[in-house]
Amino acid sequence: MSDEKDLLARSLCWNCHSELGGEYFCDHCIKIQPAPSQLDYFQRFSLPRHLTINLQDLERRFHELSRKFHPDLFQRGSDQEKAISLENSALLNTAYRTLRDPILRVEYLIRLEEGAVKDIPAKAPADLLEEILELQESLEEYKQVGKTAPEKSADLRKTLLVEQKRIGSRKMVLEKDLFSLFEEWDRLQDQHLFKPDGQQAHRRSLLQRMKDLLSARAYLKTVLQDLDEGLHDHHP
Amino acid sequence: MSKIVGIDLGTTNSLVAYMDGKEPKVIADREGRTLVPSVISVDEQGWIVGARAQRRLMTHPQSTVYSVKRLMGKGLADAQEERKYFPVSLTEKQPGIIQVELGPYRLTPPELSALILKEVKHRAEEFLETTVTQAVITVPAYFNDSQRQATKDAGRIAGLDVLRIVNEPTAACLAYGLQKKKQGVIAVYDLGGGTFDISILKVKEGIFEVLATNGNTHLGGDDLDQRLMELVLQEIRVEFGQDLQRDVEAVQQIRLGMEKAKRQLSTEEVTEVVIPLKQGVVYRRSLKRGELESRVRDLIDLTIGPCRQALEDAHLSLKDVDEVVLVGGATRMPLVHRLVQEFFQKAPHSELNPDEVVALGAAVQADILAGGIQNMLLLDVTPLSLGIETMGGVMSVLIPRNSTIPTNAKELFTTFVDGQRSVDVHVYQGERELVQDNRSLARFQLKDLDPLPAGLPRIEVHFTIDANGILHVSAKDLRSGRDQTIEVKPSYGLSDDEVARMIEESFKFAKSDMEARLLIEARNEAATILRHTERALKQGEPLIALDERDRIRDRITALKKATEGDDHRLIRERIEQLDKITVHLAECLMDSTLQSGLKDKKLSELP
Repeated sequence: MSDEKDLLARSLCWNCHSELGGEYFCDHCIKIQPAPSQLDYFQRFSLPRHLTINLQDLERRFHELSRKFHPDLFQRGSDQEKAISLENSALLNTAYRTLRDPILRVEYLIRLEEGAVKDIPAKAPADLLEEILELQESLEEYKQVGKTAPEKSADLRKTLLVEQKRIGSRKMVLEKDLFSLFEEWDRLQDQHLFKPDGQQAHRRSLLQRMKDLLSARAYLKTVLQDLDEGLHDHHP
Repeated sequence: MSKIVGIDLGTTNSLVAYMDGKEPKVIADREGRTLVPSVISVDEQGWIVGARAQRRLMTHPQSTVYSVKRLMGKGLADAQEERKYFPVSLTEKQPGIIQVELGPYRLTPPELSALILKEVKHRAEEFLETTVTQAVITVPAYFNDSQRQATKDAGRIAGLDVLRIVNEPTAACLAYGLQKKKQGVIAVYDLGGGTFDISILKVKEGIFEVLATNGNTHLGGDDLDQRLMELVLQEIRVEFGQDLQRDVEAVQQIRLGMEKAKRQLSTEEVTEVVIPLKQGVVYRRSLKRGELESRVRDLIDLTIGPCRQALEDAHLSLKDVDEVVLVGGATRMPLVHRLVQEFFQKAPHSELNPDEVVALGAAVQADILAGGIQNMLLLDVTPLSLGIETMGGVMSVLIPRNSTIPTNAKELFTTFVDGQRSVDVHVYQGERELVQDNRSLARFQLKDLDPLPAGLPRIEVHFTIDANGILHVSAKDLRSGRDQTIEVKPSYGLSDDEVARMIEESFKFAKSDMEARLLIEARNEAATILRHTERALKQGEPLIALDERDRIRDRITALKKATEGDDHRLIRERIEQLDKITVHLAECLMDSTLQSGLKDKKLSELP
């Protein structure tokens, strides 16, 4: 954290070359400044790295910053100012889109904490594996049967609709479990500020639990999508 | 001072509006008409745009074109559906660019749209008594990148600096926000001549944030007319045994007749359709509102799916919607009112004229950009997901639909083969899983890579969607930190060079257009002055000397001769000469009228 501050303090205004205090506008010539690239999405909104976010507060901050950066406000500015406002605005909008959604938010946080890693892979929950394999077979069969055997097709459809409900509610349970870890993370994060070296193991295990839940959720999401498409495309 | 105007470049009609102090106003022509029919025709004199071109639809269907907006940003392959609307012939200039054959000319949709833009530009200039060079132009919210780019190109060809492309429903919401102080969650249902949009906005303390948008760029009033036209053609076939499908004049006659009937049925319960056909045959039938509704109901029903999807994307339910606003001429149909009310469980509004509200909103946005209105800010979204082709033809989404714009994404690319010198990146827009089902936007080629072992190069590509909803791409070689050369091949639409050439041509055209206009004006004026002079000479001959009479006659002949040529300067010159030489004659005539006037009057009646 302190390193970043030092870096910011050394930045110069692109226009008048006076030293910048880390704000988005130069104190001296009031020109818009590129948002420092090392700011993460939380920092862009001046928020702590928490997973629980008050959405109304986030929206208020988003609107406030939009009123500073939006390209509409720099229409009559120089090309340089236009380019900076476009870039700042684009980053702001991407940050808002990510933090507003709890799933995107936690995925982003995991990436931040663990460095640039690949997307979290989808993985079937062990206890559901067999059930899902069976379901996929039924879905294939349902698609094949089509209109040739209306009775069989209706039966399969019934089974699939029941499964769809079951998996849907299972996904919701996973999400609930995931969100219940948010507060635990936030508490840990607050403690971390005072004791940066403590509880490393706890943090790591918490991140891993969140990742596992996300993996399972991503898997169920794909299964649900396939089901949805199959049932929709082959409507009797 | 030049003004930034707001232009609604519509499928059926176009309008131009400006900010008059704190209020947006639509600019009317001398006859008080605000709508410019988006119809273009051509004759020996040149281009004809608007109401006059519309009248030529029936007399000169082969050299008149309408609903050009339906062709914007399209190739011939994806215009099959639209082809049935066009009596004129469509060809492809090169893959991805349609050409419309119009008399001796072949023009692309952006060039044709530019003619409409020039017409409204001219109207604004005449009214505002200043030059207009900057504009905000509206497009359907569901327009893709190529369609937006084509609209921007049209503006450039018309000599306009297009400061912003704004979505039509959003523009309408701006107008409502400014004039009716609407707040909360607003659903804008926009059914125009050729497109349907639904946008869900949250309006709060001057911020107009679009939460989600959806729509159908192949659905509008045109489709209803088409449906009715097919019905009539079928009935004529049965009743008179005539197949008029290929008779372009008859088809236009029927289309316009049915369009009129449709409009009448918005206020009447029943209307009489009378369409004169050839050889004195007249097609006649009465059409009830109920029948119209049952014949087009399925088309209107197509708008409900997008409404549902937009709400879902906005993470809202029906009860969260505070207001429903209707935009577009087709929403005047009572059926549309009813279905919208049924779906949203709320009575929709249309306090602002649904034909004008989009142009008004464009003028509001123009004023925001000019720094006039300072408390209002529009945050719009991109309607379609943007992605790239990955292994197996799968679409990898970089920017999901309904992301607030401007927005960006970056992606790292490398090589597959040792020594590979270039990498292709194919960009698509759409919601389907496979790229083949989505719309190709462009191919970007990362060129001149250093020859390195496979997988070693690190090229970071930045995709930015600007506030117009248009994509920009840049790339950086992370190993060297240098900007990476990138060659863009748009899948649809004109290249920069082509647009530049068209701008140049349009200037040439504009010059000859102007010359033609000056000539017509000079001839008209000459005709008037010749008529007056000849009458005056008849009356005043006894009052003037013979040689004066001969000199006037000489100048009359000279002017007549000049009007037969096409030099408007010469005509002007001779008008002036004639004017000067007849001053004395005019004076003599005045005196004599005055005296004859006095003769018949009593002294007491004199002033």
